[in-house]
Amino acid sequence: MTHLTAFNISIDFPLYHSDNRSLKKTVFGAAAGRFGEDNKHRPVVQALRDISFTLRSGDRLGLIGSNGSGKTTLLRALSGIYQPSNGSLSMEGRLTSLLDPSQGMNMELTGRENIRLRGLFLAMPKPDIARLESDVEDFAEIGEFIDLPVRNYSSGMVVRLAFAMATAVHPEILLMDEWILAGDAAFMGKAKRRVEAMVRHADILVLASHSSSTIAEWCNRLIWLDAGKIVADGKPLDVLSQYLPPEQFKELLMVAHPPLTAG
Amino acid sequence: MTELTGTDRAIRAMQRQPLFTTSADRGWGQRFRLAVEDLREGFVLWPLSWALAVADIRLRYRGSTLGPFWLTLSTGVMIGSMGFLYADLFHTDIHKYLPYLAVSIILWTFLGSLVSDACTCFTGAEGLIKGTRMPFTVHVLRSVFRNVVVFGHNIIVIVAVFVFLGVHVSAYALLAIPGLLIWLLDGFAVAFLFGAFCARFRDVPQIIASLMQIAFFVTPVIWNASILSAHPGALTLIRLNPFFYILEIVRAPLLGTDLSFGMVAKALIVTAVLLVISGLAFARTRGRLAYWM
Repeated sequence: MTHLTAFNISIDFPLYHSDNRSLKKTVFGAAAGRFGEDNKHRPVVQALRDISFTLRSGDRLGLIGSNGSGKTTLLRALSGIYQPSNGSLSMEGRLTSLLDPSQGMNMELTGRENIRLRGLFLAMPKPDIARLESDVEDFAEIGEFIDLPVRNYSSGMVVRLAFAMATAVHPEILLMDEWILAGDAAFMGKAKRRVEAMVRHADILVLASHSSSTIAEWCNRLIWLDAGKIVADGKPLDVLSQYLPPEQFKELLMVAHPPLTAG
Repeated sequence: MTELTGTDRAIRAMQRQPLFTTSADRGWGQRFRLAVEDLREGFVLWPLSWALAVADIRLRYRGSTLGPFWLTLSTGVMIGSMGFLYADLFHTDIHKYLPYLAVSIILWTFLGSLVSDACTCFTGAEGLIKGTRMPFTVHVLRSVFRNVVVFGHNIIVIVAVFVFLGVHVSAYALLAIPGLLIWLLDGFAVAFLFGAFCARFRDVPQIIASLMQIAFFVTPVIWNASILSAHPGALTLIRLNPFFYILEIVRAPLLGTDLSFGMVAKALIVTAVLLVISGLAFARTRGRLAYWM
C-alpha cells in the first residue's frame, strides 16, 4: 500500500564556505529565528523544524508558504535527497520528484537523449525505453525540438518535456514544485488530467505552490509552512481561509469553477 | 494518460522500491548499511553511468569532424614531438625511448585524469544530486567510465608506435590486464574519497592538481628509473612513491620489463589501503554530500 510518512523531520543547513566566527556574531546578534547551532556548535540555518504527517493513497497534499518557508527543502527531504538532521522518513511506492524542470536533465543533450537517460535511470529494458520515448514525445508535443539540445528550448518546452518524462512511467508518489505553472493554458489542462489519472490510481501527490487557486483545485489537503514549521494542516479551503487575507480568499471562492464552498 | 498496460505493471513490479526509509544519522552501523545499499543500487544502474560517460565525451567533441579521435591525434602529436626531443636530450636510442615514453605518458595521463576527475565527480553532478535521489555510486562510475573511454582512444597511439618501430610483444603483455583492473578499483576508490573531500573543501581540487604535477616529475614517467641506480638517496624517494608501484604493474608487462613479486605486492597494499580509507570516507560523507553541493 502506497504511503509516505514524515516523522519529526528537521533539516539544518550548515553554513560552510563562510567565515565562521564573524558569521556567528552576525547570526546570534541579529537574534534571527532561523539560525541556530548544531550539536558541534557550528552555525546552521534551520530550514525545517519537526515536520510530521502521514499521506496515504489518494492524498493530494499542497504546500503553501512564503518564499524561504521550506517548501522546496521539504520536497527534497521527502525525495530522499537530504538525509534529515533529525527525525525519519518512510515510504512505500515508486517516487518521482519534479523539483526544477532542468534538474536531472543535461541541457547540452537533446530531448530524446535525455529521455533515454531517464529510461536507463529507471533501469528499463530497451523496448520499454523506446516506448517511453514515443510516449513522452506524444505528450510533450514539442515537435522536431525533441532532437535538438535542450538548451535551445523555451522554458515552456522544458517544462513540457520534464513533466512528460516524470509522469510517463506512472510514479506512485509524485512530488512537484510550482514551476509546472510555467506551461501554457492548454498544457496545464493536459497536465492536470494526467495527474488526476495518476491520483485516480490511488497514488500520492505533493505539490508546492504559491497559487491558491491551483492548490484549491488540485489538492485535498494543505499544509501551511512558515519559517520551516507547520502553521496549519487541514482541508485546503480551511487552511487558505487562515493563510489568505479575507478579500483574496473571497475572490478565490468567486473565481473557482465549479464554485467552491468553504468547510 | 493511457491505462496501465501489461508492461507497465511489469515495470512497476520490477522497479518497486518496496520500502524506502531514511532517518537522522545513527552512527556507523547505519552509515555502512546505507553505503553498501548505495553501491548495490549504483552497480545495478551501470548502463546509466556508461551512457552518461559516453555522452560527456561526445558532447566535448560535438560538431568536430574527428570527434573523440582528437584525443588520439593530440596524444600522438605530443608523444611524437616529445619522443624525438627527449631522446636527443637524454642521448638515448629513439627505438628504445619512444615506446617507453608512449606507454608511460599514456598510462600516466589515464592515472592523472582518474585522480583529477575524481575531484569533480560529485560537484560536477550537482544538478542530478539535488534533483533526484540517485545512488552516488552512479556519479563515481561515470567518472571512471569516462576515463576508460579516453584511455581506449589513446591506446591506439601505443599500438601505432609499437607497430611503427617493430616492437616485439609477447604474451607477457597480457599481464597488464589484471593490472588495469586494479587501476579501475583504485580509480573507483579515489573518486569516492576525493569526490567527497573536494565537495566539502573547495580548495582541495587545486591542491590535488599541484600535487599530481609534482608526482609526475618525481615518478619515472618521462625518465627511466634505471638512471637513478647511481643515486641511492633518490632511489629511496622512488620506493616511497605509491604511484611508482601502481604505474609499474601495468607498464612493465607492456614494455616487457621485469615485474618483481614485491612490486605487485606493494601495488596491492596501496590499493587495499585506498579501498579501506575511501570505504570509511564514503560511509561517513554519504548523507552529507547533498548538503555540500
